[in-house]
Amino acid sequence: MIPAGFEYHRPGDVASAISILQEYGDEARVVAGGHSLIPMMKLRMAEMGHLIDLQAIDELKGIEIGAETVSLGAMVTQHELITHDGLASAIPLIREAALQIADPQVRYMGTVGGNVANGDPGNDMPGLMQCLNATFELSGPDGNRSVAAREFYEAAYFTAREDEEILTRISVPVPDAGVGQAYEKQKRKIGDYATAAAAVMVGNGTASVAMTNLADTPIWSEAASTALAAGDVDGCVAAMLDAIDPVADNRGPVEFKKHVAAVMLRRAIDRAQSRAA
Amino acid sequence: MSKMHVKLTVNGKQVEGLAEPRTLLIHFLREDLKITGPHIGCETSHCGACTVDIDGKSVKSCTTFVAQVNGSDITTVEGLTNDDGSLGVLQEMFREHHGLQCGFCTPGMITRAHRLLQENPNPSEEEIRFGMAGNLCRCTGYQNIVKAISASADLLNAQKEAAE
Repeated sequence: MIPAGFEYHRPGDVASAISILQEYGDEARVVAGGHSLIPMMKLRMAEMGHLIDLQAIDELKGIEIGAETVSLGAMVTQHELITHDGLASAIPLIREAALQIADPQVRYMGTVGGNVANGDPGNDMPGLMQCLNATFELSGPDGNRSVAAREFYEAAYFTAREDEEILTRISVPVPDAGVGQAYEKQKRKIGDYATAAAAVMVGNGTASVAMTNLADTPIWSEAASTALAAGDVDGCVAAMLDAIDPVADNRGPVEFKKHVAAVMLRRAIDRAQSRAA
Repeated sequence: MSKMHVKLTVNGKQVEGLAEPRTLLIHFLREDLKITGPHIGCETSHCGACTVDIDGKSVKSCTTFVAQVNGSDITTVEGLTNDDGSLGVLQEMFREHHGLQCGFCTPGMITRAHRLLQENPNPSEEEIRFGMAGNLCRCTGYQNIVKAISASADLLNAQKEAAE
């Protein structure tokens, strides 16, 4: 369980990190908290000549709470998401989901940027950010650009991020007062990825519904969201079950996953509705 | 791969050494510094036996490169004794309440519990169980671990009150 050798870099700003990525191309990877990448390196399923540690880059840190938008630095840890009072009152859904990720030790290290950028279908933040209609800010050799979370995921571990780009921040619109939010996750044990998880916002005649680990990308469903906005819970669940595409694995066969997906979604809807004004 | 110069504060002492960047912190602690309190359990960041405290965070040292924590302040279970070398409060309470059997998970349990009580000096049983969820024990069934941490919280709070 010892990774292959690499050169270690700790740049102090985003521009330096990008220039290292440009210099070494496929040989280089960035690391945030490392709790997805390092296990893969230990298994020798990920090898790179150059590891670029982003921890010293201040631009990637901090939580900024605005009236309309919350900005999360990519290096903000799950622990920081949980313990930030301003965030808990602006968008309680983020804290509720972060508490269900991994275990305490992993949450001190694991970052929101790593969670959304990795492209692992099992990660919780991608579906959550699609539910919240967040935008990811990317920096690369040609400058900065923004990609909607709902447009970011292409397949497992494939995203709209180019190899020489770094995901720097996440912009999340603050939901209107009166919108109820809930995150429900079924997992086999602490530290496991979801068998199925649902992120729901509903209220003021609007709704947004996304699910996790039930396809090779997170699934945000416009049809399910529209149905829920109109108050049609059965229609919402039916539309979501139509949109997901789970595969059988050690978390169960397809039929079981669809069953759990429906249970999680209904629970999340119930709780979000009960919290709506 | 060339080695890099590593400087850490471990249990209050400055230490230095040379390590390849790929060296995991747990290996640097155990093999280079001969600090063998943190244990290698699962090696896959599940069991928590390797937990150490780094700059005020509980971290699994099997999933951290020493390069990432270069310059940090680290506490292991060895650093949680009293100044005279006698058992610290958590260590004593784990003994008194039989919070261990084989003892393999204990260094990680105590190091994690130390940070938990720093952040939440009056945890409920539920908060202890949630806060200790990253540490696995195959012997005790956890009940006595929870009791030991709860008793430690009471004792530490009483000590703080007496000092004020």
